[in-house]
Amino acid sequence: MNCTKCKTKAVIGLPRHNAAFCKGCFNGFVHDQVTRAIKSEKMCGKEDRILVAVSGGKDSLALWDILLKLGYRADALYVNLGIGTYSEQSHAKVTKFAEAVAASHGATLHLHTVEQEAGAGIKELAQLIHRPTCSTCGTIKRYQFNRVAIEQHYDVMATGHNLDDEAARLLGNVLHWQEEYLDKQGPSLPASVEGFAKKVKPLYRLSERELAAYAVLNRIDYIVEECPMAKGSKMLQYKEVLNRLETESPGTKQMFYWGFLEKQSKKQPTATTMTEKDLSVLHPCTSCSQPTTAVVCSYCKMMARAKTVVPR
Amino acid sequence: MQVQLSHPARTVEVKGPKKVKELLRELNLVVEAHLVIKGDDLVTEDEMLYDVDQIEVRPVISGGNQAEVEAKAEQKPPTDSSST
Repeated sequence: MNCTKCKTKAVIGLPRHNAAFCKGCFNGFVHDQVTRAIKSEKMCGKEDRILVAVSGGKDSLALWDILLKLGYRADALYVNLGIGTYSEQSHAKVTKFAEAVAASHGATLHLHTVEQEAGAGIKELAQLIHRPTCSTCGTIKRYQFNRVAIEQHYDVMATGHNLDDEAARLLGNVLHWQEEYLDKQGPSLPASVEGFAKKVKPLYRLSERELAAYAVLNRIDYIVEECPMAKGSKMLQYKEVLNRLETESPGTKQMFYWGFLEKQSKKQPTATTMTEKDLSVLHPCTSCSQPTTAVVCSYCKMMARAKTVVPR
Repeated sequence: MQVQLSHPARTVEVKGPKKVKELLRELNLVVEAHLVIKGDDLVTEDEMLYDVDQIEVRPVISGGNQAEVEAKAEQKPPTDSSST
């Protein structure tokens, strides 16, 4: 198989684009897809300060790498969840990338350790407060990324959600007819109210396989193992189903998600609608001042409960 | 050829020569969810693999992490969970 562009030996075939690329042309393709995503969704400019949420996985480290190589001002935040050796390994991968690659671009890595603040790792914390681990993890990550973005005056927060993540999430929401969540499935969410950072997903045009290939080809050392907390999750099942469909009919995932985005864009101007909705229901948490619909936000409630049961 | 697999980590012996796509089919693995690495190099589905080759079949679906946490959090009633 030869590269569609330069006719040398290809290293990856992309059936959904009816193309194959060598390493150089594939890197060009990936960078071009991210540039198109950023420009078409008005995610950020070269002058903006970006905070990338990194986990040690391929998507977030690839995102940090791509943004830096495209000339964006991108720092990163890693949240150490305290999941035994999994967190130790992912933390080491992030630190290695920060020192070997990001530092030469003048980028900074921020760190938040759950155990330091809560007195326990995520698994123990979830058990103590009787909540599912993934839900506890989600609350903590969203809160800390938003907190650091606001406190350190970043213009935008970027996550490594890819086409597979978004297609699987859309499938889950459609299967359960959770229409109220569809508004927030776009790749660019505005800073709707004071205290909320703008959130963007610059990888939504790239599949999980393409991002893994980018990481392998560019020698990005990422954690290949699954998060032990995610085993058997619904999202993994949706991804598996979509990948079977994709193998039989290349382009299925992009038709599903991009088609959804196109339909959404023809509706009301999403940013205005979302801002209006948020303004009508959100106000500062009485404990930490981050926006919430309740008197005290879910993160502060969770930490308050943890402090009553975790020995300090 | 020696083929290294993940989730769980293990090594299996597969008789060559055969193409990458034939190897994946034999292992009952979906192309869209895997990369095949020969030595240090990524290879396409039509690449021929031989008995002397060291092969890694790497799954590309990691974690379920980010999408999972959002979806699970959002499956609750839209109270304060959507705001933090």
